[in-house]
Amino acid sequence: MKIAITATGEDLESNCDGRFGRCSFFVIVDPDSLEYEAIRNSSRKARSGAGIQAAETLAETGADAVATGNVGPNAFNALDSAGLNIYTGASGTVEEVVGLFKNDELTQVNEPTTSGGTGRKK
Amino acid sequence: MQITVSAGKGGTGKTTVATNLALALRKEYDVEFLDCDVEEPDAGIFLKPDFESSQPVNIKIPEVSDEICTYCGQCSDACEFNAIATFGENVLVYPELCHGCGLCSLVCPVDAIKEKDKKIGEIRMGKAGAIDYYEGDLIVGEPMATPIIKELKKKTSHDRVSILDSPPGTACPVIESLHGSDFALLVTEPTPFGLHDLKLSVDVAREIGVPVGVVINRDGIGDANVERYCKEENIPILLKIPNDREIAELYSNGIPFLDRLDGWKEKFLQLFKRVERLAEEERETSEKGGSNLGKSEETQTSKP
Repeated sequence: MKIAITATGEDLESNCDGRFGRCSFFVIVDPDSLEYEAIRNSSRKARSGAGIQAAETLAETGADAVATGNVGPNAFNALDSAGLNIYTGASGTVEEVVGLFKNDELTQVNEPTTSGGTGRKK
Repeated sequence: MQITVSAGKGGTGKTTVATNLALALRKEYDVEFLDCDVEEPDAGIFLKPDFESSQPVNIKIPEVSDEICTYCGQCSDACEFNAIATFGENVLVYPELCHGCGLCSLVCPVDAIKEKDKKIGEIRMGKAGAIDYYEGDLIVGEPMATPIIKELKKKTSHDRVSILDSPPGTACPVIESLHGSDFALLVTEPTPFGLHDLKLSVDVAREIGVPVGVVINRDGIGDANVERYCKEENIPILLKIPNDREIAELYSNGIPFLDRLDGWKEKFLQLFKRVERLAEEERETSEKGGSNLGKSEETQTSKP
């Protein structure tokens, strides 16, 4: 089981980035062993559809879940199609978010938690 | 003769200038007016056109056949706008991100993508007295104004005087409105905000090779920095409209001030004559291989 956490940096001490599609890095962590790898979010500066592209990136990493601050409608739809579990309300460092996840303190969501960023008007 | 009235800053008086200019020219010239501010077309408030017909504007969006698709993901990789995404055996299309370029269907190796029409707005056509009037209207919630402006511009003809009322800003819809014009009439107000955004407009117009002139609206407020800038950059100031309560009151009642205040028809006619001359000079210079725009070919190509 691996969870991807949106982050401002590349390690467990980095802060969680509340944005999904335009976060700087994904830190992908095994919650039990705390082994992790960080990947740069190449859709950070996408012209549009950053959340969609980020979901495609994550789908390729084999992560089973994602923890972030909020997800917009396009990202939600994409992550859902990719079969990832989505947790929102994450804050603090990456390691702290892993702790919250293990203690069931993150909210698993089944709908978007924000109206989205640059791509979509609601 | 195509004149686009534009401005970096919103609310500087583009529509005021464009509509009054059209009215000033309506007797002596064959005038058509195009409201290219398709997100909120409002020139009709002043010109009061009677619409005779309309036509829809569509873009092509992809439709993926599940039976043919091999989920190779080449369409998703190709899309600059992330409007199509592939997850396992699932292809998602996001119509509101799609620019209708058709690249996804071109790169699809198995021809699984067909394109279907999606309406994003319409064009309305009519008459405002002697002026042929066209306006574009983007459906609320649709993000792309440019295809409507493109369609609208197909109505223009270069042997008439076409006045285009551009959207504000410097993004794609403005570039589309300016592209191919003989002259860009840039409206600004003499304030730091006005100047900041005027500089952006000038950069855009020069980059696409359209000569510029400035109209200062609400003259009398702010400072002298717009005039200083125009002098330094050798940009003609073609008209100043004072910050005047009567003009503002007429505006809020939807009345073009040219119809009520003496002397303005002549001023707008003079402005047009100067625009004609400036556009002509620019044509002659560019035919000789040079450019009046203060930018050589080299500096243009060395830009990133």
